[in-house]
Amino acid sequence: MKKIKEKLMYGYLMISGGVTGIIILFIIIFLFSEGIGLFQSKNIENGYALYLNTENVIEELSPEEITNIFDGKITNWKEVRGQDLEIITYRFNDLLNSYSESDLGDNYEHIPLIIEEHISENKGIIAYLPTSFAPEESDFVRILSVGNIELKDFFIESKWMPTSEPVPLFGSLSLIIGTLLVGFLAIIIALPLGLGLAVYLSELANKKVKKVLKPVIELLAGIPSVVYGFFGLIVLAPIVQKVFKLPIGETALTGALVLAIMALPTIVSVAEDALNNTPRELKEASLALGANQWETIQKVVFPYAKSGILAAIVLGVGRAIGETMAVLMVTGNAAILPSSVFQSVRTIPATIAAELGEAPTGGVHYQALFLLGIVLFLFTLMTSVVGEVISKKKY
Amino acid sequence: MRKFKQGLAFSLFKFFAVLVVGILFSIVFFILFNGIKVINWEFLTKSPSNGMLSGGIFPAIIGTIYLIIGSIIFAVPFGVSAAIYNIEYGKNNWFVKIMRIMTNNLAGVPSIIFGLVGMALFVNKLNFGPSLISGALTLAILILPLIIRTTEEALKSVPEDYRTSSYSLGASKLTTIRKVVLPAAIPNILTGIVLSIGRVSGETAPILFTVAAYFLPHLPQSIYDQAMALPYHLYVLVTSGTDLEASRSMAYGTALVLVAIVFAMNLLAGFFRNKMNKLNKRNS
Amino acid sequence: MIKAKDVHFYYGDFHALKGVNIEIKEKTVTALIGPSGCGKSTFLRLFNRMNDLIDNTRIEGQCIVDNKDIYSKSIDVDTLRKNVGMVFQKPTPFPKTIYENIAYGLKINGYKDKRKISDIVEKSLKDAALWEEVKDKLQQSAFQLSGGQQQRLCIARALAVSPKVLLMDEPASALDPISTSKIEELIYTLKKEYTIVVVTHNMQQAARISDNTAFFMMGELVEYNDTKKMFLNPEKEITQNYITGRFG
Repeated sequence: MKKIKEKLMYGYLMISGGVTGIIILFIIIFLFSEGIGLFQSKNIENGYALYLNTENVIEELSPEEITNIFDGKITNWKEVRGQDLEIITYRFNDLLNSYSESDLGDNYEHIPLIIEEHISENKGIIAYLPTSFAPEESDFVRILSVGNIELKDFFIESKWMPTSEPVPLFGSLSLIIGTLLVGFLAIIIALPLGLGLAVYLSELANKKVKKVLKPVIELLAGIPSVVYGFFGLIVLAPIVQKVFKLPIGETALTGALVLAIMALPTIVSVAEDALNNTPRELKEASLALGANQWETIQKVVFPYAKSGILAAIVLGVGRAIGETMAVLMVTGNAAILPSSVFQSVRTIPATIAAELGEAPTGGVHYQALFLLGIVLFLFTLMTSVVGEVISKKKY
Repeated sequence: MRKFKQGLAFSLFKFFAVLVVGILFSIVFFILFNGIKVINWEFLTKSPSNGMLSGGIFPAIIGTIYLIIGSIIFAVPFGVSAAIYNIEYGKNNWFVKIMRIMTNNLAGVPSIIFGLVGMALFVNKLNFGPSLISGALTLAILILPLIIRTTEEALKSVPEDYRTSSYSLGASKLTTIRKVVLPAAIPNILTGIVLSIGRVSGETAPILFTVAAYFLPHLPQSIYDQAMALPYHLYVLVTSGTDLEASRSMAYGTALVLVAIVFAMNLLAGFFRNKMNKLNKRNS
Repeated sequence: MIKAKDVHFYYGDFHALKGVNIEIKEKTVTALIGPSGCGKSTFLRLFNRMNDLIDNTRIEGQCIVDNKDIYSKSIDVDTLRKNVGMVFQKPTPFPKTIYENIAYGLKINGYKDKRKISDIVEKSLKDAALWEEVKDKLQQSAFQLSGGQQQRLCIARALAVSPKVLLMDEPASALDPISTSKIEELIYTLKKEYTIVVVTHNMQQAARISDNTAFFMMGELVEYNDTKKMFLNPEKEITQNYITGRFG
């Protein structure tokens, strides 16, 4: 009896042991299942289509072109490899605004006919209509075939406008660049600070100082992201604004400053460990040759602890890139390609946090956000694995 | 010249140390100074009123407490068991090695990803909807690596002699773990739990879509209800709402409560850690 | 060359060296012997002030090297350490190439001329009897050398900065017998140019390599004499007991 109990318990423990593996598996499965669907979706909203006059020979249009057409930036078909014909955009609302209730019929049964007439009269027309109310294809009307959302468009295009009509744009490049910009900038700021602190803690500080400094760093690590965002917004952003004479203080730089403070504890603890693991004899040998302490640290300790320091950098980058709330509150959230650190940017985690609430479940926007999640997850997975591999490498 | 360079470098590092302490103090001061004006009994026990411009944050406190309890209930049994398996049974076989890599990677996953997956799995697929149970499960996954890691450290620090003495008296492995190893490791395990509580109180991203609501007319009645929570409350007070200036004072108060909880948990964890060190010193 | 005048040394409250007086002549090899914990290593480390690295220590009396009191405020410790070289028990090559290990001390002390540096590297390696073995692989990592070779590398490294004194703290105790004898031969040749003080727990080694021997016990210098005299006809009974292995 006792043996059976023991075996059961052992089995339970073993399953528990595997629980983290199961969770990672779940994360991967769910992210991918929801995200990959994006590439099977059409560029245009479900239930809608683009209608052209049959004399218009245009074969296909890119999502960006469609958006520019409807924004009025492209006005002639010849600009998009078509005929020299003026573009007339037409939306469903235009129909409802130009005709009275009675014209449209009690059950809106006249609508398809009205539209068909309208299309046949305007050769350069492009109409964005719900398929349920639109006319069938005929001698006058044809539907523009719209391709699926493409992988390369997702990564190469920089316009992220998930709510634009008729075609939502999912170019994540501006988000990726924004994320990397803020992340690496944060590390550039945090690295000298973190290394200096690590050297101070491992080589210079006496016990009393360590007793104060170490808890301080631990507390900094424990402050929630929202609170950092709060602090950054109320205190740092105005300072940045004043010092650099900018229109607003919410910039990539401000985000990087906050992230630097948040990533600091990670960098300090990993680097300090690496420095502490340097054998005492090595340091003594250098000092015995007449090198002073700083020279010894630079020329003997740092090279020896190289792998640990590198691991600190990589892990710090991973931490900075994955931060959500603080960045969301402080970088201004403009999903554009930044041309300087003094502009507002949007990072991937911030985008997901800001938009997921409004994206209809299962829709293209929803899927696009999950795809962003995949990108983020893979990136932090990579930094985590690389960091671990590097730190295990003995010199 | 060489001495000068050293002096320069070391002074710089000393300055960094002062700077870091200064940063912490300015953050704490910023919240303490502005938040203390708002904290009173009413603030802590009443609901928000007047469009978040006055009243209290009681429901957010309750919501956070529920989430803490829920996530601990789910994470601790699995986490402690996993750690027990890893240290006491698996030792260093390939299974444990792979799981350790997985755990470390899970620890590095950004919190928003947990929110995404929590939403896809608990809210949508399992149809719990945004609710306390969805939020608690999501947060449980978040703190799982932390619990596993600290419990493993706790178990590792129990001297091997304890185990061998127990075995030599005829006790089985399970009994030894239950009656000798676990009790000895409890203070450090508690450290991990306490740190997780601090973590859970402050996380926003995982609860954004799994449980958090800005304003609910009444407290959550069941685990399928949504709830308010402190970090989310702070976020909304600071970034939306009709009159940002006026709700600012509520924001300070919320931030103060939040930071107080986190610092208290850190202190408690440190207390447990010291107690553990003292216990071990006495016995070695 | 080296003098200790009534030197007392304390680790905290522990009185580690009690009134040591000794005078060591130039270009001799002096062995410091004695049981574990008798203070010989501590004494050795006084002369390049390595004990400064330990917290809570105190020295009284005078340590003189080349007619200068090395604990006076006017002394630059880094320069002192360049002039008083040290070789440790465990070989400690830097994580660099063989060449860079030797060049390290030179670069630290301001040498910039590449040709001069490589000349000194070659001379040091020759003086340490390592040149023939490594002359074709100077750019290899120092970790690729055997233990004995690494220790000779450390000796070459110390010699490269042209010290006047060489302090060796049990230089061969971590090595195999063949490497040990190579090191002992080396010490014998080096004494033509350097003043050498060697701490050893191996009596036979002390007898083989040194001109003079100092016997320490419990922080005191018990006897200091010509090596042959010390081993054949020690003045104190306790010395006799130690040498013949009655305790140790």
